[in-house]
Amino acid sequence: MKDAPEPTFDALYRDLILEHYRTPHGKAPLAREDVVTEGVNPICGDEVDVALQQDGGKLVGVRVDPRGCAISVASGSILFDLVEGKTIDEARRHVAAVKATLQGGTAPTGVDLGDFEALEGVKQFPVRIKCALLPWTTLDQALSELEAKGGKS
Amino acid sequence: MTKTTAPYDVDAVRRDFPILATSVRGKPLVYLDSAATSQKPQVVIDAITTYYSSQNSNVHRSVHYLAERATVAFEEARARVARFVNAPAPESVVWTRGTTEAVNLVANAWGDGNVKTGDVLLLTEMEHHANLVPWQMLAKRRGAKLRFVPITDDGLLDMDAVASRLAEGPKLFAFTAKSNVLGTENPVADLCRMARGAGAATFVDAAQTVPHGGVDVAALGCDFLAFSSHKALGPMGVGALVVRPPMYDRMTPWQGGGEMIQRVRLEESTYAPPPIRFEAGTPSAADAIGLHAALDYLDELGGTVPGSFPPSSSPIHDHVTGLTRLALDLLHGLDVRTFGPADASRRSGIVAFEVPGLHPHDVAQFLDARCGIAVRAGHHCAQPLMRRLGVVATCRASFYLYNTESEVRALADGLRAAMEYFRR
Repeated sequence: MKDAPEPTFDALYRDLILEHYRTPHGKAPLAREDVVTEGVNPICGDEVDVALQQDGGKLVGVRVDPRGCAISVASGSILFDLVEGKTIDEARRHVAAVKATLQGGTAPTGVDLGDFEALEGVKQFPVRIKCALLPWTTLDQALSELEAKGGKS
Repeated sequence: MTKTTAPYDVDAVRRDFPILATSVRGKPLVYLDSAATSQKPQVVIDAITTYYSSQNSNVHRSVHYLAERATVAFEEARARVARFVNAPAPESVVWTRGTTEAVNLVANAWGDGNVKTGDVLLLTEMEHHANLVPWQMLAKRRGAKLRFVPITDDGLLDMDAVASRLAEGPKLFAFTAKSNVLGTENPVADLCRMARGAGAATFVDAAQTVPHGGVDVAALGCDFLAFSSHKALGPMGVGALVVRPPMYDRMTPWQGGGEMIQRVRLEESTYAPPPIRFEAGTPSAADAIGLHAALDYLDELGGTVPGSFPPSSSPIHDHVTGLTRLALDLLHGLDVRTFGPADASRRSGIVAFEVPGLHPHDVAQFLDARCGIAVRAGHHCAQPLMRRLGVVATCRASFYLYNTESEVRALADGLRAAMEYFRR
């Protein structure tokens, strides 16, 4: 039996990931922030703020402010690209698709994860999966807070 | 007993550790994470194997041959620990699962009966979560208050603040002998003397110091001292709480069950004398016996120099401090920010650092994947200290008796390469 190939560093830090890391998208403050949710990775203490502005069930504004590693910063930047302008339900489907991609399970059909595919290499580094998930679990929580405030379309 | 030792032969030491000959991601392992856990010499691995192959039996229970052998070996290990830290008697040593459990034990067995509403527990800003959270829980149970000795910007305990906080009359002063982030070696004997003068009981977290030898509880004058086997070449899952015997009179059992009893009736029980009173359930005998082998190994290398603390004249400590100085010099040459005392004589074994603009996780992953170097990245179970230092996380390189100068140079080379990679 052959061992699985050693995971490579470059599979984790793809060029696309490093581009997002160096110039992350979605850091600009919103005109109105309906919810601001802070997420923390207890393993490393990394933090991220996800702020949402909704209008008629649509996320017209998304702000992602990461204080973390290249993987979590890039993941947050891609999150911004993917969910800004989407409905709350669409954003939830993206969260589900990301979780399924990294943790296994059934992904919802018809969700295009765009640049996030470049983060699939994280799967080979189990301790880093939480880094990639942090912005998304924080978004998940922010969406719940938004709905609790009566923002569901 | 003083020992004369030959010049420190790190290559010979390395040959005793099978894992150091292995490769990581195709590169020879450079293990710079011994403050998290040490690697194990073959003699320790053999001691555990021998126990399970020819001695295994539950201790302190049966009268058959194996039970007798296991019990004797288990109690010899306790006596070995007592000798290693110059405790007055084997009975001063309570087996625990590790330092964390020892703190919890004291917080319950001593704390619940001695700490009252409004009492003060004094800690420091440089504590590991293990020497913080159990005291927070005790304070909550008893309505007590927590106070903290701040650290100076240079990563030392503020000794003026120690004096003034002790003047407030705390019930307990719990502190680390050596910071697991800053590497600062605290003046334990002075701190214990000051606390005693103020009427405070003392608890010393010695998890980072016992592995380097030279810890002498009689000279330190502490009431409680705890360490873990696994950071001192021994197996995981066992540790020791060293108790100044009069303190036993002020402690009540904290976990009930087998072993810790004398006579049990349906409604009530009487308890075994200390230390067994504080050891409910089947202990990790194999690991205690493994620790015995580890302490023998440390002693042979010249780890123990009773009475000297910080251990200035132990060959292990000298070796590790030399590596620490080299690491500080090389890292400063790279414009890497290091934490902890600038004065290298106040610290040993641990260098936490930050590469400006790079996240510790990314740096650590690069060092691992590209260089086979294992360092810790994260908050090192010291989040309040991280906050004090103004960072979320750092990288940490820690050195032990098997590390070499060329490994320290490999770390510096790896950091230079990481900077080029992420900043390109």
